[in-house]
Amino acid sequence: MSSQPPIPEPPILSVKSLSVALPVGADRPFAIHDISLDLRPAEILCIVGESGSGKSILSSTLMGALPRGLSIHSGGLTLGDIDLTAQSEGAWRTIRGRRVAMIPQEPMAALNPSAKVGRQIEEVFAIHGDLTPKARRAEALRLIQEMHLPDPERIAASYPHQLSGGQCQRICIAMALALKPDVLIADEPTTALDVTSQAQVLKLICELRDVHRQAVLFITHDLGVVADIADRIAVMEKGSLVEVGTADEILKRPTQPYTKALIAAVPSFEPKLRAPVPNTKPGHCLEVEGLAKTYGRTRALKPANLTVERATTLAVVGESGSGKSTLARLLVRLIEPSDGAALVNGHDLARLRGTALRQARRRIQMIFQDPFGSLNPRRSVGATVARAAELAGCTRQEAQARAKALLERVGLSATAYARRPAAFSGGQRQRVGIARALAMRPDVLIADESVSALDVSVQAQVLNLLRELQLELGLTIVFITHDLRVAAQISDRVAVMRSGEIVELADTASVILNPQHAYTRALIAAAPGRGAI
Amino acid sequence: MKHFRRPTVLIGGGIVGFWVLVALFAPYLAPFDPLKSLTPLAPPGTPAPGGGTFWLGADLLGRDILSRVIYGARPVVALSTLATLTAYAVGVSAGLLAGYYGRWIDTGLSFLANVILSFPVLVLYIVVIVALGPSPLNVVIAVTFASAPAVFRIVRTIAADLKQRDFIAAAVIQGESAWRILFIEILPNATGPLTVDFCLRLGYTTIVIGALGFLGLGLPPPAPDWGGMVNEGRALAFAFPHLVIFPCLAISSLVLGLSLLADGLNEARDAQSRGS
Repeated sequence: MSSQPPIPEPPILSVKSLSVALPVGADRPFAIHDISLDLRPAEILCIVGESGSGKSILSSTLMGALPRGLSIHSGGLTLGDIDLTAQSEGAWRTIRGRRVAMIPQEPMAALNPSAKVGRQIEEVFAIHGDLTPKARRAEALRLIQEMHLPDPERIAASYPHQLSGGQCQRICIAMALALKPDVLIADEPTTALDVTSQAQVLKLICELRDVHRQAVLFITHDLGVVADIADRIAVMEKGSLVEVGTADEILKRPTQPYTKALIAAVPSFEPKLRAPVPNTKPGHCLEVEGLAKTYGRTRALKPANLTVERATTLAVVGESGSGKSTLARLLVRLIEPSDGAALVNGHDLARLRGTALRQARRRIQMIFQDPFGSLNPRRSVGATVARAAELAGCTRQEAQARAKALLERVGLSATAYARRPAAFSGGQRQRVGIARALAMRPDVLIADESVSALDVSVQAQVLNLLRELQLELGLTIVFITHDLRVAAQISDRVAVMRSGEIVELADTASVILNPQHAYTRALIAAAPGRGAI
Repeated sequence: MKHFRRPTVLIGGGIVGFWVLVALFAPYLAPFDPLKSLTPLAPPGTPAPGGGTFWLGADLLGRDILSRVIYGARPVVALSTLATLTAYAVGVSAGLLAGYYGRWIDTGLSFLANVILSFPVLVLYIVVIVALGPSPLNVVIAVTFASAPAVFRIVRTIAADLKQRDFIAAAVIQGESAWRILFIEILPNATGPLTVDFCLRLGYTTIVIGALGFLGLGLPPPAPDWGGMVNEGRALAFAFPHLVIFPCLAISSLVLGLSLLADGLNEARDAQSRGS
C-alpha cells in the first residue's frame, strides 16, 4: 500500500458525472448514475461493489463496449487528451489496446484454446503495430519474462490448457500491456484464481504500478484484495458512487453506512469462539474411514479418515484440485467410492444399493455452489422443496405445509412458494437450496462452496442462517470452502486438503493461529487483506 | 405470451388450424361423396349432374376433387400426427436413457440410431412398407422407425448436458427414482427445442405420407389420399392439370403452415430467452 503522492499529478483518466441509461422497463433508469472519478498515473483505483452495483458497466463504458441497448446518457469521459464519449467504432479500435486495455475475469476463457500463448501475444503486435515478425517474437518473450513466468521459451510454446489459471492470467496481463496502454482495467482479475495464484497476480499488478507507473482501474467485490493493493477506493452501490477516498480513509474511517456494512460483512480471520450446541447427544455423526477415489491411475482422493461430532461444523479447506469437492460428492455418494466407508449415524452409505440407498440418502443432504444451476428452472421453488419433503416420507399436504414453513424459516416471503427460480436473486436461491436440503430432515448437511458465488453481505446472511439452523436443529455440517476466512468464522474444526490428501485436521483456532503444516501456513500467508480488515 | 403473437406464428398456426378443422368437419364441408363417380375429368367450375358445382373439377373416375381433397385431409392430419407422436415417444425415451446414463447404453443406442440414419429415408420407408404391407398402422410404424433416431439425437444431447447440472445432483441425493429424474426433472427442460422440432417433423411426415401415397404405398384405394390423388392424375397431368394441382397445393400449404409455425415458435423462444 503506497501513500498518496505529495503533489497530485493531473489525472490520466477522468470521469465526470457519467450516467449510462438502461432500456425502458428495467428495474432502474440508469445502470450507472452521476459517477465522477479520476485516475492518476502510478495509481491503483479500486472500484468495489456487490453484484448489480454497475461496476462492470463502468468498465465496459471505459472500453467503449457497452452491451446492446445501453448508451451514455450524459456526462464526460476523457482519457488524456481525447474525449471517449464521442468516438466512432473505428476510432475505438485504435484506442482499445493502445490507450486502454483490459484484463479479463476468466483467463482460461479469454485465451484461444487452439493457439500457443506466445502466438497470441504476438498477434496483438500484428494487429496494432508495425513490428517485424522477429521483433514481435522477441517482444512477446520479453513480456512473458516481465510477468515473472518461469522459462519464457517453454511458456510461449504452450497452449492455454497446459498452463495453470494463474499463469494464463499473467499471459492475459502481458497481452493487455503489450502496447503500453495508459490505463489498465482489471475486471475481477483474480476471482477465478486460487488464493496462492491470486497473491502472485496481485503482487504483479502492484509491481506494474511501482515500476512502470501504470494506472490501474481494479474492479472487484473482494475487500480483502482491495486492502492489499488499493491506493484509492471508490465504493459503488446500485449504480451510484457511495464514497471515494484513499485506501486508509475508506477502510479505516468509512463515513457512509453502506461502506461500513460492506466492511463489517467481510469475515474476519480471528477464529470465532463457538459455544457447543446445547442438548446434543455426544458422539460422532459422521465417520469417514479410508474413503478414496481413483480415476484410472489418478488418485482424486487418497484414503481419508475423519470424524465429525454431532452438531458441529467441519470446514474442509483447499484450492482447486485439492480433492475437497470429490470428498463432498463421495460423502453424498454422487460418485462411487473406490474404497472405504462413510458412516452417517452408523449407517454406511457407501455400501448400500438400489432402494435401500435411495431411502438412506435422506440422512445426508447437500447445498450446492451454483445458485443458478441447483434449482430446476421449470419448477416452482415451493414444489421443489415440497417434493423433497415428500421423498422424506410426508404426505402431499404435510409436504406442502413443511415447504411453506421452511421457505419462511429461511427468510423468504409467503408468496415465494409458487414462483420459479428465475424470480429470485442468487442469495434467495441459495436459501431455497437450504430449505430443500432441510425438508428431508437430514442428520448431516454438506455445503459445497455454498456461499462463494454470493456477495459478502448476502454471504454473511446465509452463514448466519446456517448457524441458527444448526443451533435449532442440532445439524452436523461439513462446509467445503476455498476461503480460510469463512472457515475461521463458521467451523469448530478445519481440515486442510492438498492434492487429494488431508494435510492438517485440527480445531479451527489452532489451524488458523498455529498452523502445523507448511501448506496451511502458505495458504494463510496468501489470503488477501490480512490484518487490514 | 406476447412473444408468440408474431406473424409467422399466427399465419402458420392459422393454416395448420384450417386443415385440422377441415379434417375434423370433412363430412359437413364436402359438397359430394368423395367416392361417387359423376362426370369424369370435368374441369373446375363445371355444374354437377345432380345440382351443385365441381369447384375444383372431377377426376378420371368422375369423383369431385374438392370433396376428395377435404376428405384427404383426414388421413394426412391423423397419420402424420400419430406417426410423429410415436416417433417422439420412442426417440425421447431412448434419448433420455442414452443421455442420462451414458456408457454402454449410449454407445449401443447411438450406434443403432446412426445405422438407421445412414439409410436414405425413402428407401427405409419402402422397405418397411413392402415388408409389412400398406396400411395406416404400417405407415405409422415406418415413420416412427425412420424419424425416432433424429429425435433421439436431440434429446440425448439435451439430457447429457442437463445431467451435469446441480439440480439433477440434488434429485439424486434426495433419492429420486431414475424415471422421475428423466421425465419430471430433465424432460420439461427440453420442451422448447422439442416443440420446434415437433412442428418441423410434422411437416416432414406430411411430405413423407404424401410421397408414400404417390408411390402407391400409402392408404389402399379408393380412400382419398393427397399423394394417391397426385399419382392417379400423373399420367394426364399435362392435359388436365387440375387433377394434380389441387392435392399438391393441399400438401404444400399444410407443410408451409407447419414450417412457419416452427420458425415462429423458434423466434418466439429466442425472444423469450433474451427476455426482451
